[in-house]
Amino acid sequence: MMDSILLNIENVSKSFDRNKVLKNISVNVYKGENLVIFGRSGTGKSVLLKLIVKLLEPDSGNIFYRNKNLNSLSAKEIIQIRKHIGFLFQSGALYDSMSVRENLAFPLKKIFNLSEKEIIEKINKTLELVGLVSAIDKMPAELSGGMRKRIALARTIITEPELILYDEPTTGLDPITSKEISELILSLQHQLKMTSVVVTHDLICAEIIADRVIFLKDGEIYKEGLFDEIKQSNDLFIRNFFSAKILKDVGVSDV
Amino acid sequence: MNLPKIKHSMNLSLTEKLLNFFLLLSGLAIFTIHFFKEMLVPPYEIEETKKQMYDFGLKSLPIVGTMGIIIGFVLALQSYFILEPFGATDFIPASVGISILREFAPILTALLFAGRVSSGIGAEIGSMKVTEQIDAMEVSGTNPFKFLVVTRVIATTFILPLLTIYVIFISLLGSFLALLIEEQMNLIYFFNSVTSFLDLGDISAGLIKTFFFGFIVGIVGAFQGYTTEGGTVGVGRSTTTSVVISSLLILLVDMILVKISMIL
Repeated sequence: MMDSILLNIENVSKSFDRNKVLKNISVNVYKGENLVIFGRSGTGKSVLLKLIVKLLEPDSGNIFYRNKNLNSLSAKEIIQIRKHIGFLFQSGALYDSMSVRENLAFPLKKIFNLSEKEIIEKINKTLELVGLVSAIDKMPAELSGGMRKRIALARTIITEPELILYDEPTTGLDPITSKEISELILSLQHQLKMTSVVVTHDLICAEIIADRVIFLKDGEIYKEGLFDEIKQSNDLFIRNFFSAKILKDVGVSDV
Repeated sequence: MNLPKIKHSMNLSLTEKLLNFFLLLSGLAIFTIHFFKEMLVPPYEIEETKKQMYDFGLKSLPIVGTMGIIIGFVLALQSYFILEPFGATDFIPASVGISILREFAPILTALLFAGRVSSGIGAEIGSMKVTEQIDAMEVSGTNPFKFLVVTRVIATTFILPLLTIYVIFISLLGSFLALLIEEQMNLIYFFNSVTSFLDLGDISAGLIKTFFFGFIVGIVGAFQGYTTEGGTVGVGRSTTTSVVISSLLILLVDMILVKISMIL
């Protein structure tokens, strides 16, 4: 099992000012799996993803990608590693000043040495995968929330990364669109054979996507296992999370 | 690049405001050093630089042109009413020409350019920062500093001198129109009168400083945008601060450069 580890997070901690967001987190991500990191807002889930792509630096601990310690790599080597990792931002982070076509072409031009014709072919193929070929000449401001997510997803997968990090992929979407996006992520994962780490607090999304779930609470790993195992847990905090009760009503701090 | 953190709050004491000002200046200095480091190292984003030059230059033409013609017209008219009683209207083209070339065109174009472009850069980069677009660029294997900052600063540095030359011609045209209306002055006489009093020193003194002004407009806007924090409120703050700081720095640098040129 050890040789199929793609990403290894070892005792990572991160604080902002005096607020300890992540406390000694250790996680392994295996090739081809869909790992869902679950937890309430503000438990450090997004911070963990940003540490993986070095948008943030850990205070302590190490992160290994394909056995390479990210802490010891040069800026150039980090850029090389990033080429294998896709990141779907919570807001989509589409470039406002560029059309959908330019948004999708941007990472291709930066990473690969492709001809104009090859770039156009790749853009069309990827837009077909997310079902939005018709949006190719639209500007991000003209797209609905669901469409923006699909285009952001298309921009993330267009470089065919080995690992995709999803930061709250369904936030701000209605339940039906949320389910559609989650199913799209799963289908793309199967078609393109990618490894995924999905940070979410959306139960529907997690149920559809997850092979394995890590439950974070107060910056620490609270529970780890298969989605059904976690869902059927007798733990009061988790049961309340799943039944979507307001946690403060049952005294979360005492759980 | 580690930039000093500036504290934003409604209730800052005078000491804290003063501290913020020095933190801002030191941050701007660090940012400028980083700019030169990044500028010299490949890859060079030539396409994006050209696109920004086109945007900043072409789209500024109507506003700076309008300003130029009015300034030229008003300067000539004011001079006419002062010099006409003394019968010295013949000196108007030369005196207006020198004023436009050495001071009015460079400084007014720069201030207008700061209002239009520095704020635009601050707002664009600032909103990209708060909506994670800069992070997205970084994780897609691009150096956002090169793509967003270096390109824009180079564009402003080289486009402002060109705009200033354009304003000089438009302002002189405005002056001529005023004298044509008041004095029925001949175009050839006007042209000869302007050129006979001007020398290379006037042209270089006016134009060299516009490279500095252009650099200030770009670097201040980019710095404010790149250090934006606090969502849309932060973007608004960056936009306003970009114009205020770049305008003040332009005036300050103008004063210093004029003094230096007088010594030289």
